Amino acid sequence: MAAETTLAADVGTGLVAANHVCKTYATGESPGRLVLDHIDFTLKEGEIVAILGKSGSGKSTFLRVLAGLTEPSDGFATYRGRRIDDPVTGIAMVFQSFALFPWLTVLGNVELGLEAQGVPLDERHRRAIAAIDLIGLDGFESAYPKELSGGMRQRVGFARALVVNPDVLLLDEPFSQLDVLTAETLRGDVEDLWRDRRIPTKGIILVSHNIEDAVFLADRIIVFGSDPGCIRADIPVPLPRPRDQANPIFRSLVDQVYTLLTTVPGVEGAKRRAEPIGVGYRVPDASIQQLIGLLEALSQPPYEGRADLPKLAESEHLSTDDLMVLVETLQLLGLAQVGGGDIEILPAGQAFAAADLHNRKQIFADHLRRAVPLAAHIRRVLDERPGHSAPEGRFLAELEDYLSENEARQVFETVINWGRYAELFAYDIDSGVLSLENP
Amino acid sequence: MAQRWGLPIVAWPSRLRPSVWDGIALPLVFGGLILLAWASTQMSQPFHLGQQLSISLDPSYLPAYALRTVMRMALALAASLAFSIVYAATAAKSKRAEKLLIPILDVLQSVPILGFLSITVTGFIWLFPGSLLGYECAAIFAIFTSQAWNMTFSLYQSFLGVPHDLREAARMYHLSPWHSFWQLEMPFALPQLVWNMMMSVSGGWFFVVASEAISVNGTNVLLPGIGSYIAVAIDRRDLHAVGYAIFAMLVLILIYDQLLFRPLLAWVQRFKVEAIVGEEIEAPWFLVMLQRARVFRGLARLFALMARISSRVSQTLPALPRATRRRRRLGRVFDIAWAVVLLAGATAALVDIAHFVRAEVGWAEVGHVFVLGAITLLRVIVLIALAALVWVPIGVWIGLRPRLARRIQPVIQFLAAFPANLFFPIVVSLIVVYRLTPEIWLSPLMILGTQWYILFNVIAGTLALPTDYLLVASNLGVRRWLWWRRLILPGIFPAFVTGAVTASGGSWNASIVSEIARWGGTTLRATGIGAYIATETEAGDFPRIALGITVLCIYVLVFNRLVWRRLYHLAEERLRLD
Repeated sequence: MAAETTLAADVGTGLVAANHVCKTYATGESPGRLVLDHIDFTLKEGEIVAILGKSGSGKSTFLRVLAGLTEPSDGFATYRGRRIDDPVTGIAMVFQSFALFPWLTVLGNVELGLEAQGVPLDERHRRAIAAIDLIGLDGFESAYPKELSGGMRQRVGFARALVVNPDVLLLDEPFSQLDVLTAETLRGDVEDLWRDRRIPTKGIILVSHNIEDAVFLADRIIVFGSDPGCIRADIPVPLPRPRDQANPIFRSLVDQVYTLLTTVPGVEGAKRRAEPIGVGYRVPDASIQQLIGLLEALSQPPYEGRADLPKLAESEHLSTDDLMVLVETLQLLGLAQVGGGDIEILPAGQAFAAADLHNRKQIFADHLRRAVPLAAHIRRVLDERPGHSAPEGRFLAELEDYLSENEARQVFETVINWGRYAELFAYDIDSGVLSLENP
Repeated sequence: MAQRWGLPIVAWPSRLRPSVWDGIALPLVFGGLILLAWASTQMSQPFHLGQQLSISLDPSYLPAYALRTVMRMALALAASLAFSIVYAATAAKSKRAEKLLIPILDVLQSVPILGFLSITVTGFIWLFPGSLLGYECAAIFAIFTSQAWNMTFSLYQSFLGVPHDLREAARMYHLSPWHSFWQLEMPFALPQLVWNMMMSVSGGWFFVVASEAISVNGTNVLLPGIGSYIAVAIDRRDLHAVGYAIFAMLVLILIYDQLLFRPLLAWVQRFKVEAIVGEEIEAPWFLVMLQRARVFRGLARLFALMARISSRVSQTLPALPRATRRRRRLGRVFDIAWAVVLLAGATAALVDIAHFVRAEVGWAEVGHVFVLGAITLLRVIVLIALAALVWVPIGVWIGLRPRLARRIQPVIQFLAAFPANLFFPIVVSLIVVYRLTPEIWLSPLMILGTQWYILFNVIAGTLALPTDYLLVASNLGVRRWLWWRRLILPGIFPAFVTGAVTASGGSWNASIVSEIARWGGTTLRATGIGAYIATETEAGDFPRIALGITVLCIYVLVFNRLVWRRLYHLAEERLRLD
């Protein structure tokens, strides 16, 4: 790693930088919803930076600003000191969904970027074959993407990006659609290429929600906070490469990031949150069945009320994303708390796990009304209205003051599901009417 | 591993040695080209109104007539393709153009196609005085109108539906707009477009037949073709000739299907964006032959070269300016101005129409035409209901037997493509012989050709029902009416609605040719807006033709909005299986 420091002459500006980048998405109301709030960021030469955050924290949007695919509402991004207004040559991107053209062969897909640059046929061919070999796809040149497995497809995605000899590689959740084994192999191969300097790339930005991927690959981890997206932490990863996942420092870093990601700001430790959440709070989209399952598992051996989050994810076969959603919900409802990379079940959660079907609903309903203002609000309105029913439109309209139409719909549906389970209210999808009737 | 049989546009083998298949493919293709060239020279023969073009009922003339008919079809299809690409691309790229183009398309779609013929023929004759070309153009235009709108809509929707990540990839790798149109948007739209082309051509045969016998101000012009042949056969009460024409049409459609659409449909499979290798369609023999013939591999190479040249050229063009914040504010001013212009145009047109109606026909007649429309509407509703009663049980019965369904589906597709108007003379001769009431017995003609869409879709819908559902139903002992009500009817509803929409649209169109029918000297007439339009077309009364078509349009539009679109929405929202 020492070589890089001498190479990096322009560390001051960096390869890619963001200056006070803000992004607002239009909602019904005029100021719109802020998804990125004054982000300052620099990618130095010879560095891999991972950006972690919950889904909806704006990390993908931020990556698209750096890619030149999305225009920031305020502030700007630069590449080698030049402003990024459009995709620039020198920055390539690998997509979560692979984004391969199904009507082109592997070779055709890899050649695409070169063709657009007007590289002559022979050279194009030669470079594409070289990139395909580099990423371990030799023999598949004439295959169509449909014939390949997910891991192979993403290799094509990498080959397509690497063939243009990019200075900077942007990776948008490149492993999240692959199974664990495939993802780890590909991750390792990418790290090999980087470590052995077999690719001319001078910097990589990885957006991910997988903490292990981030700690494995990155020299620096940036944790994004949600609503609006902002940088909550910037954690250096001082481990030598290649990294060993069993290394205690590796584990403790994973724990540290886990804690950061799963803690709702303001509810850390045993304290209740300092500032109460509002009606427009974006409640995590957690399934009731999974919540119950997790509480039951936590209350029983081997956990006995307390569990290490990464271990819990592994033994309960939950993805980090799913676990984060569940943990956030349990904290929100006051059924569990998080600290030091561990989750601890609270007395109410303990009581819930021990209760029968009917009492569980009772406990859930109490906590729901106390902790989720939207649920309490809906119930209050239904109690007050003479017919004890109300159209969904009025609540959706209220939500759209804070959230985009899609998000409002999502939050509304989540709360409806929780409310139905708690028997706080009933909902008829055909008429879109909420009521107190229980059919 | 999936067998690949795409025309090798991207990856082709380096050797171009001729193969045995060349010996078969080359004569076939070049022979076809020569025949088409001959047919096209026949189109521009000198001609003056009143001159008699003799159509012979001798069956030996039929191949030549069939060729002329095919020629018209091919030209119309080519025109539709060109039109739809330009129109859909414009609408998809420009928000402002979209505001005008899409509603226009929506209205055009509901204008009865035969109405276009009566309105435009005078214009075309004026364009090509003293030549048959004007009439040919009018006929081709009528076929064009039966195909273009539906293809355009399909393309427009595909353009809008291009996956976001592919668009981003195209931008990220600096594809020029031109390059990405041919590498991304068109390939993505291709499968849907080919499917719609096939459906359009199916519908088109009906209008080929109907548009060859054109009446201009009371004079009949018979363009050589199968349609005219059958018109003459009707005039002379020659049932044998009707039989020959039906047979010729059968062969024609079979050739179109085997040589054009089966290979195309199979070929476009590879353009589908599904993640997995879907159920492979068996490679049709004609496609296999084309692919085995090395000459065509060379042809594919030529295409690739063209694409490359075009991309090279497009690189020299300046990049499109990117919208900046200031330009966007300016754009909003333009948007408002544009909306004002559109609104003003529409108001002016409305005033104009009102003047026209008052001066030429009077409001009483407008009311009368609306009543006629209501009568035709009643016919359409009753017929769709009857067709549903007949075909839903049969379709479900077939759909529950997948092997049978697979064998029967091409037959039904074929029946749907077959121009039902060829069968009209047979039905009409029966009505004349048995002295049946035309008011009732002419009505089934309206749905003769379009009922197949209901059957076709019901079968497809039943096939798509997960077997689990059927097993659960039988496990729970759900039988008879309960089985229909709780399982089958909700399960096939979306498919049924799709079929019924197509069938009802076709019926409205067919009303113009089916509410008045002739057999030799006898004319049968049913009351309805179709008969009104047909009568006024014969008389050459332009204002009344326009009135009839406008009212018919209004009925179709309102009926679509109020009934079909709602049912469609319901089907999409509630009853989709996924």
